[in-house]
Amino acid sequence: MKLPIYMDYHATTPVDPRVLEAMTPFFTQHFGNPASRNHAFGWEAEEAVETARKNVADLIGATAKEIIFTSGATESNNLAIKGVAEMYREKGNHIITCVTEHKAVIDTCKKLEKQGARVTYLPVQKDGRISLDDLRAAITDKTILITIMAANNEIGVLQPIAEIGAIAKEKGIIFHTDAVQIVGKVPFNVNEAKVDLVSMSAHKLYGPKGVGALYVRRRNPRVLLAEQINGGGHERGMRSGTLNVPGIVGFGKAAELARQEMATESQRLRTLRDKLNAKLHANLDEIYINGSMEHRLPHNLNISFAYVEGESLLMGINDVAVSSGSACTSASLEPSYVLKALGAGDDLAHSSIRFGLGRWTTDEEVDYVVDRLTTVVRRLREMSPLYEMVKEGVDLTKMQWVAH
Amino acid sequence: MAYSDKVIDHYENPRNVGSLPKDDLNVGTGLVGAPECGDVMKLQVKVNPDTGVIDDAKFKTFGCGSAIASSSLATEWLKGKTVDQALAIKNTDIVAELSLPPVKIHCSVLAEDAIKAAIADYKKKQGDAKGDAAADTHAQPSA
Repeated sequence: MKLPIYMDYHATTPVDPRVLEAMTPFFTQHFGNPASRNHAFGWEAEEAVETARKNVADLIGATAKEIIFTSGATESNNLAIKGVAEMYREKGNHIITCVTEHKAVIDTCKKLEKQGARVTYLPVQKDGRISLDDLRAAITDKTILITIMAANNEIGVLQPIAEIGAIAKEKGIIFHTDAVQIVGKVPFNVNEAKVDLVSMSAHKLYGPKGVGALYVRRRNPRVLLAEQINGGGHERGMRSGTLNVPGIVGFGKAAELARQEMATESQRLRTLRDKLNAKLHANLDEIYINGSMEHRLPHNLNISFAYVEGESLLMGINDVAVSSGSACTSASLEPSYVLKALGAGDDLAHSSIRFGLGRWTTDEEVDYVVDRLTTVVRRLREMSPLYEMVKEGVDLTKMQWVAH
Repeated sequence: MAYSDKVIDHYENPRNVGSLPKDDLNVGTGLVGAPECGDVMKLQVKVNPDTGVIDDAKFKTFGCGSAIASSSLATEWLKGKTVDQALAIKNTDIVAELSLPPVKIHCSVLAEDAIKAAIADYKKKQGDAKGDAAADTHAQPSA
């Protein structure tokens, strides 16, 4: 077993060697610009891009013409949300989203609010999912867009996408989903989900960084977007800029592999994830899973280790790469807004660890991580005044803390 | 973010982890911070009543590595100091010793607060003890 162990596959994934192999010739040999319509260099680049487009489309049950390549999911989210807000301005100015969305969605919505749009941020229930009743109640005759993520990047919780899609369709509202964490991991089909716009990213499914896509429905309904980047009119005018051919080829190959291997891979990771969860629960008391276990990505686990702070926990397992919802580990001074939204309390948000398993996670690695974590949590609890107080019977919620 | 070697050393080999009997008249206990903020420090001093010197100091901390290191260092420094010398420890001394980056300065502030709270508790107990003794003589009916 090689150290350090990578167990942070929600942040990014390594490029699969088969993907890299497919990409390499497009840097030096087939370097043409697909927009060059009058020579062979352009043609072969264009052909490679169209093959990739088909592979990405096939992964989500779309047609190739519905795939717009972008620089990544942040751009896709911006294009979808701003593009709809601008294009359908006459129809209305109300957008519905949710408090646990990725910053690329939340901040885009906030920017539109400054420009006069009205945005409803739906709360989530304790399990991390929105309530469909809340969604129905939020819809007005000015609502032009519902944007709700398919799977959360921190807690892996799956939103009821098909049910949201049905409501959106019934009301004639465009439905966008940030599907970065779900695509290529578990089956996701744009028609079953009744979704109109889908953001995707290559580097979350063993493709390269710097390339993503936006699915834009062409039929029933035909969705129109106001372009956000102007120029040569690439990608049906929705996203100008010379195509990142090697990146797109890599994305296509990654999508093809994901489609072929998804069934076995997701089952394998679910088994490993369940083992990780079971062993941690067997070894340690007072640990809490954040978000629904039933509606969750098979390779995600997010646990709060009560009375132990996340950063000190990460310091103790420095040969394991995971992430924490504690503020100390991130640039911001606030703990994870996703965990706070679940209503579990800031103290548990500070004590959380996100595990993301992936293509190269092994059984041996899971055992190692369990052993390391168990030792460190026990050691830090011996050092924790909170754990001591609880063992003495003090109710921490009744204490008068001096916040600083 | 990289930690300084001293922070790592205190995290891996914390000095003086534990608890002193908090009802002991010569023990002062400081509990500062809040779980929602991600750090809570409990720092205790045991003062020799004859010399006024801190004989022992213990801590327990819920917090990041820098918070653990700050409180661990504080207990090291407290031992052997008089109560007044202890109050002279400044958070900036801790920052300098541990090479804390700007985002971790609050950890040192919390450690200074914990020292002050522990000493204040000790002084309060000493004052109350005298007061109680006086009160007792008044309240206790002679048997």
